[in-house]
Amino acid sequence: MTELDLLYSEVEEDLRSAVRALLADRCPPQAVLTRCEGPEPQDTGLWRTLAQELGVVALQVPEALGGAGASLRETAVVLEELGRACAPVPFLGSAVLATTVLLAAGELAAGEWPALCAGDRTAALAVPLSTAPDAPFPLGVRADAAGALTGAVTSVADVPGAGLLIVPADGPAGPGLYAVDGADVTVTARGSLDLTRPLVDLRLDGAPGRLLVGPDQAEAVLWEALLTGAGLLASEQLGLAEWCLATTVAYLRERRQFGRVVGSFQALKHRLADLWLDIAGARAAARAAADALATGSADAAVLVAVAASHCGAVAVRAAEEAVQLHGGIGMTWEHPVHLYLKRAKADQLALGTPGRHRASLATLATLPAPGGPLPRMPHV
Amino acid sequence: MTSADELVIRTAELLAAHDPAATEPLEFLRARFDAGLAWVHFPPGLGGLGAPRALQAVVDAELAAAGAPDNDPRRIGIGLGMAAPTILRYGTEEQKRRFLRPLWTGEEVWCQLFSEPGAGSDLAALATRAVRDGDGPDAGWTVDGQKVWTSSAHLARWAILLARTDPDVPKHQGISYFVCDMTDPGVDVRPLRQLTGEAEFNEVFLTGVRIPDAHRLGAVGEGWRIAQTTLNNERVAIGGQRTPREGGLIGILAETWRRNPELRTHELHQRLLQGWTDAEVLRLTGERLRQQLAVGQPGPEGAAAKLAFARLAQELTGLEVELLAEQGLAYGDWTMSRPELVDFTGRDAGYRYLRAKGNSIEGGSSEILRNIIAERVLGLPAEPRSDKDVPWKESAR
Ligand SMILES: Cc1cc2nc3c(=O)[nH]c(=O)nc-3n(C[C@H](O)[C@H](O)[C@H](O)COP(=O)(O)OP(=O)(O)OC[C@H]3O[C@@H](n4cnc5c(N)ncnc54)[C@H](O)[C@@H]3O)c2cc1C
Repeated sequence: MTELDLLYSEVEEDLRSAVRALLADRCPPQAVLTRCEGPEPQDTGLWRTLAQELGVVALQVPEALGGAGASLRETAVVLEELGRACAPVPFLGSAVLATTVLLAAGELAAGEWPALCAGDRTAALAVPLSTAPDAPFPLGVRADAAGALTGAVTSVADVPGAGLLIVPADGPAGPGLYAVDGADVTVTARGSLDLTRPLVDLRLDGAPGRLLVGPDQAEAVLWEALLTGAGLLASEQLGLAEWCLATTVAYLRERRQFGRVVGSFQALKHRLADLWLDIAGARAAARAAADALATGSADAAVLVAVAASHCGAVAVRAAEEAVQLHGGIGMTWEHPVHLYLKRAKADQLALGTPGRHRASLATLATLPAPGGPLPRMPHV
Repeated sequence: MTSADELVIRTAELLAAHDPAATEPLEFLRARFDAGLAWVHFPPGLGGLGAPRALQAVVDAELAAAGAPDNDPRRIGIGLGMAAPTILRYGTEEQKRRFLRPLWTGEEVWCQLFSEPGAGSDLAALATRAVRDGDGPDAGWTVDGQKVWTSSAHLARWAILLARTDPDVPKHQGISYFVCDMTDPGVDVRPLRQLTGEAEFNEVFLTGVRIPDAHRLGAVGEGWRIAQTTLNNERVAIGGQRTPREGGLIGILAETWRRNPELRTHELHQRLLQGWTDAEVLRLTGERLRQQLAVGQPGPEGAAAKLAFARLAQELTGLEVELLAEQGLAYGDWTMSRPELVDFTGRDAGYRYLRAKGNSIEGGSSEILRNIIAERVLGLPAEPRSDKDVPWKESAR
């Protein structure tokens, strides 16, 4: 096991400041709240700014391809800030999931980079958002010998207006990952729990596809993309939890009842101290996962399972505590905390639930489940 | 700055001059101290080289590979973890030279005379009195009072001691910090049996104990501030230990699980996976704390690590007893003994379960640590209190 770097470098802190400043300006919570009920829940203008002014939508893409030549560690820092702002941009789908597949596709994806890096186009991985890394390869779409794709995929996140879709499909020679133009697919919006990361259903009726990754690699590449997504989602969950804690602490330091500041009641102080403690753990776990993914460590699968399991649960608890400790105002539509609650709960299901990630440790850490015959029940 | 390569060379020189196979362990440890390889982040002449703390691992690995003796840190944890950093920070040159070397080699065991029957969580309420006698070079202090829960007092040569030197000022201001000679005839150590059956800690009666002024640490009345250094280091020492994956309690549990398929149930499996994940998160949190300390940006994760450690230790040890089923009903030995070591992981599962109950009490209870995090880290207001600005002798106790 190589030494993990669990801290933030100066470059990473600079990157964080730049992203945070932009988000404070362009998507304060009230603006997100207004946008999420409007015609364009995801903010394509903000996406373009993130691409063109900060260059953060293709951080881990090599410079030769038009990216920033950074690593997944920096990508994780951006996700922390996007989580903190509950920002409605397709970063997870495009800059993480789809980008991982496109990088693995090498030359075959070369033509896609200019538009993606410029933020003119986004890409999405066409799997249900709830797909866990260890899930079987999805076979709901078939590809014929000419590359025409037919089938359906439900609950896909971060699908761009008319962008690029990466569709796992069952081809004539076996499973493959295909590039499909969004314009060739029927996209139906569905109501989604998380207002800031809307989901759609896709129907493909002979949509023209281009094979990016063939049967020999398709399963491994899809696994890598989902693992990377689950590992970096932990950083988004960390940022989200940090916002919930900070916002709640600030409120409890102001709000008075019974003639004192509510935050001086020990029952609440202890709950927040415990939450802070779990967030400190989330920070270490999320950093570990990002570092292991960035360096291609053989230990990445274990650290991703640990981070996804811990951070997914912490983010939900942080958001639930935030609602509860805001009292009545926390229950209103007007206060943005519900955006975070919905994002946290949806994130908990995204790319594998905490329980599913823990279950994968049964294999990864050799902690086998009970086996053998079931106990005998003599009285039945 | 001393680099890793340089430390490897110095370690090789030590080994060449003092072959571990042919040298008395104590002699080797003294030579190691004098070579600055005891705790490399300490200053030269005091067992260190002023090197980054993280490089200690380089030295330890080289020495372990060569089969060199260690100073049995579990036997001298209070000296290493608490007395030493406090003496280094607040001691005079003479005190540092006198105390640090035998402390590190293990020749002199230390204990901590802080808690009293009436002052536990509210440590600043302590009532043990130290009264100054005379001036000039022979000046000293006479100490009377009672301390309690004193781990290792039965083994200790020295104690770090908090005593009240001024009862007329508010309680936090009238305390001074001393080094107490445990062989003084006025020191009476009596075992206190714990729920494990053994007596790891003691009650200590101090009657007319004479402490020379040269054994006062820091200024008169500064004891409370100095004690914070001790307590902060204690928390890092308990919770911030570097462990490999599956080190400590989770390793014992995981091995039991692997070796005994017949004990496995689905419910226990879920809890095992949760415990394994929690242990790994805590390990990474400690690792992150260590990395922060190494680059000089200490964070408040120390109190957090101690709090999380206690919670996890109790979760895992309870689970282990349940997993063991029939064997979990057994308990090795209730005979009262006075252990030489404080070892959270030793002996059988029942012992571990019971000993872990102390983890959330010793070194600041979990409730107090939560208060500290809430107030000092999150900035939430303190509870209203009545004892802050009242002279100690008039305060409600
Ligand atoms: C195994 C072991 C070894 C020890 N070794 C040493 C040692 O070597 N030297 C030494 O000096 N001491 C030692 N101690 C003592 C330890 O530091 C104290 O027991 C501890 O600080 C708690 O004090 P107390 O026992 O008086 O409990 P109390 O302070 O009376 O606490 C009783 C309960 O009330 C809670 N409580 C108290 N105040 C508050 C508050 N403000 N808010 C919320 N809850 C509160 C506590 O958390 C606890 O649950 C040891 C203790 C143990 C268990």
